[in-house]
Amino acid sequence: MTTFLGMPSVLRADGAEVADGLPGAQGNVFEREPFPQYASRELEDEQLRRNLGHATKTIREKRLGAVAELPDWEDLRDSGAAIKQRVMAELPDLLEQFADAFEARGGHVHWARDAEEANSIVRDLIEENAPILGNGRREVVKVKSMATQEIGLNEYLEPHGIDAFETDLAELIVQLGDDLPSHILVPAIHKNRSEIRDIFLEGIPGVDPGLTDEPAKLAEAARQHLRHKFLTTKVAVSGANFGIASTGTLGVVESEGNGRMCLTLPETLITVMGVEKLLPQPEDLEVFLQLLPRSSTAERMNPYTSFWTGATAGDGPQNVHVVLMDNGRSRALADEWGRSALNCIRCSACMNVCPVYERTGGHAYGSTYPGPIGAILSPLMTGVQAEENNSLPYASSLCGACFDACPVKIDIPSILVHLRGEDVSTTQEGESATERVRDATSSSGQLSAGLAAASWAMADGRRIALAERALPIAAALTRLTGGISRLPGVVGKWTSSRDIPALPDQSFRNWWRKTRGTDADAIAAQQEAGAGAGAGAGAGAGAGAGAGDDHGSQNEGDAR
Amino acid sequence: MTGAREEILTRLRTALGREDGTTTRTGVVPSTGKPVDIDAEVPRAYLREGSLARPAVIEQLVDRLVDYKAWVTQVPAADVPRVVAQRLEQADSVVIPPGLEADVVSQLPEPVRITVDAAEAQDGAVAKAEVESEAADRFASAAHRIHTIDELDATSAVITASRVSVAQTGTIMLDGDTDCGRRMITLVPDHHVCLVPESTVVEIVPEAVARIDLTRPVTMISGPSATSDIELQRVEGVHGPRQLDVIIITDR
Repeated sequence: MTTFLGMPSVLRADGAEVADGLPGAQGNVFEREPFPQYASRELEDEQLRRNLGHATKTIREKRLGAVAELPDWEDLRDSGAAIKQRVMAELPDLLEQFADAFEARGGHVHWARDAEEANSIVRDLIEENAPILGNGRREVVKVKSMATQEIGLNEYLEPHGIDAFETDLAELIVQLGDDLPSHILVPAIHKNRSEIRDIFLEGIPGVDPGLTDEPAKLAEAARQHLRHKFLTTKVAVSGANFGIASTGTLGVVESEGNGRMCLTLPETLITVMGVEKLLPQPEDLEVFLQLLPRSSTAERMNPYTSFWTGATAGDGPQNVHVVLMDNGRSRALADEWGRSALNCIRCSACMNVCPVYERTGGHAYGSTYPGPIGAILSPLMTGVQAEENNSLPYASSLCGACFDACPVKIDIPSILVHLRGEDVSTTQEGESATERVRDATSSSGQLSAGLAAASWAMADGRRIALAERALPIAAALTRLTGGISRLPGVVGKWTSSRDIPALPDQSFRNWWRKTRGTDADAIAAQQEAGAGAGAGAGAGAGAGAGAGDDHGSQNEGDAR
Repeated sequence: MTGAREEILTRLRTALGREDGTTTRTGVVPSTGKPVDIDAEVPRAYLREGSLARPAVIEQLVDRLVDYKAWVTQVPAADVPRVVAQRLEQADSVVIPPGLEADVVSQLPEPVRITVDAAEAQDGAVAKAEVESEAADRFASAAHRIHTIDELDATSAVITASRVSVAQTGTIMLDGDTDCGRRMITLVPDHHVCLVPESTVVEIVPEAVARIDLTRPVTMISGPSATSDIELQRVEGVHGPRQLDVIIITDR
C-alpha cells in the first residue's frame, strides 16, 4: 500500500477492538456529538423543521400510494428480505464469484479493508488516469454515492490536488454550500429554493446574476454548470446500488442523468461498493427493481437505471475498476442480532416515517447513515463501544413505523433494543466500582437503573398492575400544577424540551378492565390491530406501542 | 492487493463462524432471538407474469409514459418514417445506430443531417438500404463514424430501437445492441426518439428482467431526465435528454 500522507480526514474510534477482533469502521460513520445535544439544537431551527416536515410527509404519503399499487408488495418484501439474508450467509463466496466475473469481463477489482485503504486506492487510480489541468490540479466527476461519503473521499482527495465534483443536483447544492447532506435520498432537503438560489449565485462561476428561485431555472443552471465537466472529465467515481455476483454486473439507480453521464462518458470509471451490496443473480432484480424505487422516491420506476459488466468494447469507459470495501461491514456481520442491518438498500423509507428523524433531521445523527437505519448501522459498523456512537441506539421512540416501511424487513426496533442492551452491558463491564457509584448520581446511571426497574416491572403483568396503583396519587399531584414541566434526574432530559400533560386518574389497563371486560386476549388483540393498521404511516403503530400509556395519544405530535 | 482480498474474506468467514466451511453463526431473528434458518428456500410468491389483456398493457404503458412527460404515439410500422420526420422537422442533425431499420429515416427532410454511429457501413444495414430504393438514398448516403462526445453534443437528436418495455412502470430498456446504439448516443443529444414494437412490451418488471441480457450495457429509461431535489418539486430535464418521444409500433 502507498503511505497515507494526507490530513487525517478519516476518524477512527480509539481502541475500537471489537467482537472476534474484527475492526470497526472508519470515516463518516460517527456521531459528531451526542445525538441529544445535536438534536436539541437542530430542533430550534424552524426553517429546517418546516422543510423536513414537508419533505418527509410528502414522500411518506406518496410512498403509500406507490406501494398500494402492487398487490404483491408483501411477497416482494418477503423475497427481498430472504435474498439479502442469503447474501449475508454466503457473502465470502458471492464476493469471490463477483470479483472473478468482473475481471473475466475486463474489469479490475480492488479490495479495501477500511476507509483509508479505499481512499488511497481511488487516489492512486485517479493519479494514474486523470491529467493535471491548467490550474495544477486533477478533476473527477462523481455520482451520488453513500459509500464514498462514508469514507470521506472528497475531503481526502482535496489536499492531494484532486477536485471531486458532485453531479447530483442535491449533492451539488450541499457541496457548493459547504454543507452536509441531511437526507440520503434528497440530501439538500433542508434548503428551500431561495436558499438554493443564493448558494448558486455565490458558488457557480459565471452564473446569470438574474437567476430566479424557480426550480426549473435552478435545475437549468446546474445543467449548464456541469455539462462541460461531464463532456471533458476523464475519470468518474461512482457507488453502486447492486452488484450481481453471478455475472459481475454493477448497477446504479438515478433520476437526473448525471449518473449516466459519469458511467458512460469518461475513459476511466472507479466504483466504490460496500461488500454487502451484492445480489446472487440477475433474477433477483425482479424483486429489487420493484422494491427500491417505490420505497425511496415513491416512483413506479426511477428515470434512469444503468448496468455494466466489466468493460464493453467500444461502449463506455474502457478502464473500469471496482473497489470492494469492508470498512466495518464484517464487524456488523459478526453481530448475529444486528446482521440484517446489512440488508439495507439505502432507500430512506425508514427516515420518512420516523417521528424522531422528521423533527431532528439527518445532521443530528452525525454519520453518513442517518435515521432509524443509521441508528443501528453506524454503531454496528463501528462497534457500539465506540464512544462516539453510543447515544445513537437511543435516538428512537421504538414506534415501529420503520420496520413496517422497510422493503427488506429489517427489524430496526428490535435491533435498537439489542444495541441498547449491549451499550448498557459494555458500559457496566468497563466501569470500576467507584465509577459506578459516581454514575449512580449521573443520568446514565439512572438510565441503567431505570431500564432495569422497567424490565423487572414489565416482565410480569401483576407487577405493572401494582405500579399502576400509584397512578391516582401522582395524578392528584399533577393536577395541582396543571401538568409537569420539569422532572429531576434522567427524565429531566425528556422534560427539558417537553411538557408532560397532567396524569389521568386511572391507567389504560384499569379503564379497559372497567369498560371492556378483563379478557387479556382481547387486550392483546386490540394492541395487535393497532400496530397492524400503522403500516407505513405509523399512526397506528404509535398508538399500539402507547397502549400501556394513557398519554401516548394526547401528545399528538409524538404519536405519529 | 491479494493481502486485502484474503484478509476481508477471512474476516467475513470469521463473522459467519465458518472457518471450516459451514456457517455456524447463522444470525438470529432480532424479535425472538431464535436462529435464522439460512438453508430455507427463498420465497418467490410475488407475481412473475402480468394478467392484463394486451390492449390494456399497451394502454398502461402509454399512460405511464405520458405521466413521465414523454411524448407518445401508437402507429403501424408503415407510418413510422412519417412520424419520425414530423418529430424531427426542426432538427439540424440526427444520429442513428448502425442496426436501425433503414426506412425509419427515409422521410426525414433533406436539411436534416443524418450520421450513423459506426466506423463503417455494416453489411446488413447497407444491403437492406440498397433494396429499398427510397430508404437507400437517406441511409446509404449518411456518413458513418464513431462520434466523439463533442460531435454528439452538437447533434440535435438520436433515433434508436429498444429491447423490452414494462407497461406497469413505463420503463424502456436499451441493451447496447446495434439497433439500440452505444450508451452515449442516447445520452448526449437533447432529444431521443425511441421505437417500441408492441411485441416487446411486457406488463411487469419480472417479465422484462427475464428478457434482458444483463451482461450487455443496459440502460433503463422511465421518462426524460428529472429531479425532485428542490423542495420535492419534479422538474423534467436535468442532464439526460430533455425530450423523449416514444413511438409504439402496433402489430396491426
